[in-house]
Amino acid sequence: MDILTQQLINGLVLGSIYALVALGYTMVYGILELINFAHGEVTMIGAMVALTVIGLLLGMAPELPGLMVVFSGLLVAIPACMALAFAIEKVAYRPLRRAPRLAPLITAIGVSIILQNVAMLVWGRQYVAFPAILPQGQYEVFGAHITDLQLVIVALSLTTMAGLWLLVERTRLGRAMRATAQSKEVAALMGVNVDRVISATFVIGAAIAAIAGVMVSAYYGLAHYHMGFLLGLKAFAAAVLGGIGNIAGAMLGGLLLGIIEALGAGYIGDLTGGFLGSHYQDVFAFFVLILVLVFRPSGLLGERVANRA
Amino acid sequence: MSLLRVRGLKVAYGGIHAVRGIDFEVGSGELVCLIGANGAGKSSALKGIMGLVRAQGDVHFGDASLRRLPTDAIVARGMALVPEGRGIFGRLTVAENLDMGAYCRRDREGIRADLARVYALFPRLHERRAQLGGTLSGGEQQMLAIARALMARPRLLLLDEPSMGLAPLMVAKIYETIAAIAAEGVTLLLVEQNAHLALKVSQRAYVMESGVITLHGPAAQLACDAQVRSAYLGE
Repeated sequence: MDILTQQLINGLVLGSIYALVALGYTMVYGILELINFAHGEVTMIGAMVALTVIGLLLGMAPELPGLMVVFSGLLVAIPACMALAFAIEKVAYRPLRRAPRLAPLITAIGVSIILQNVAMLVWGRQYVAFPAILPQGQYEVFGAHITDLQLVIVALSLTTMAGLWLLVERTRLGRAMRATAQSKEVAALMGVNVDRVISATFVIGAAIAAIAGVMVSAYYGLAHYHMGFLLGLKAFAAAVLGGIGNIAGAMLGGLLLGIIEALGAGYIGDLTGGFLGSHYQDVFAFFVLILVLVFRPSGLLGERVANRA
Repeated sequence: MSLLRVRGLKVAYGGIHAVRGIDFEVGSGELVCLIGANGAGKSSALKGIMGLVRAQGDVHFGDASLRRLPTDAIVARGMALVPEGRGIFGRLTVAENLDMGAYCRRDREGIRADLARVYALFPRLHERRAQLGGTLSGGEQQMLAIARALMARPRLLLLDEPSMGLAPLMVAKIYETIAAIAAEGVTLLLVEQNAHLALKVSQRAYVMESGVITLHGPAAQLACDAQVRSAYLGE
């Protein structure tokens, strides 16, 4: 088996999930210059809600096709996450709109901790298994394996990104979002209800996070109240890599980070003579984050961030 | 009948009283200017009217009070402000900036007609419609800011320092346009440091000094006023 091709495929799959989560960070940062640390937890809630629905459906009608069951779970998780993000913005961030920047940042960390604990109370401390109901086909490509699930993840995530791109570039709401990101005051002078646009930004980011949450739990076969933490941090690193505030940057950064991580995990054993193993996979995201912050703080596609941060 | 009626408008920022209770009116179809030195509180007055900063006092637009309305609701009622410094969306194209101007409108036909009208008024903007706003020169940005405000088809257009930072030739061009817009029947409130220019195009004028209005009257009369001449016209 060709390790390089295999790790590229794995990295692309992982990266497309990171990209989706990174979009939520970058959209909110673009408008509010707030790092919404609770975003990883919104992803986790998406996975948990979907798994609950999937469990209920399987209990009631075990003969339903697996893909349909999972999509039903997703269709409940999306509005649940949207409602959650709407509430978080309204209750936790909006009252701090004019506060010094540190206040909403600390609040975001607080919201993240609250969501983790609520999830722990609702779903317990143990891992929740993702039932093996999805198609398990496997194909050979250039000497590497690719599974049905991997194909679905990449396809769904590319579709989601394309949809978001159309929304932002081609619709009235998208134009209002871009205008608000550049100047809230001038956007209001155009008649934009800035509060509503900010809400919409959180809600759209959360819908995408729900999709990512279901994907990641399906991919690893489990979900856990703590899963949003590391996923969120990595996605944040991806957003910074691409240039935080830049939507295309988040997509690029996510994909790159996934590939870097997979290649790193694939070769770290060889490179260190077996001293470090692939369980050091998580190190690479933060290694990349540090390198970007040192050498190109504005990220690959970013601009003007250094003088705003 | 007055379209805009301002009574006892006060604006304060953390203890600094920028506007200390001013009264003025703009009649339907009029071009009125508010002149005064830098820091007199002119821009703050406009921001207070538009709900961009907290203000006290009574602002009536048409027959309704604007008290406590958010900026977007005020804009939806037909007021448009061309802000000081132009406020162009630098990462939106010229055409997208103009679309943003028509954000509150749903009448596609009317929007298309108005787009043709502002492109006729500013052919340069038509040439540059696919360019990002941030790549325009200062004068072009000022044209875009005015054109964008016209896209809202406002009942009242507020202009904050349209001549600021522009080359003399461009200032002349902008003022020609302002006169043309007024001739089309748009009601205008013009805020200017350049009293000379403002008094020339306006019908009536208010002079503001340290947050209060000290003089008002027909523009032609104020232009001859000894006090105004010495303080604002450099004579």
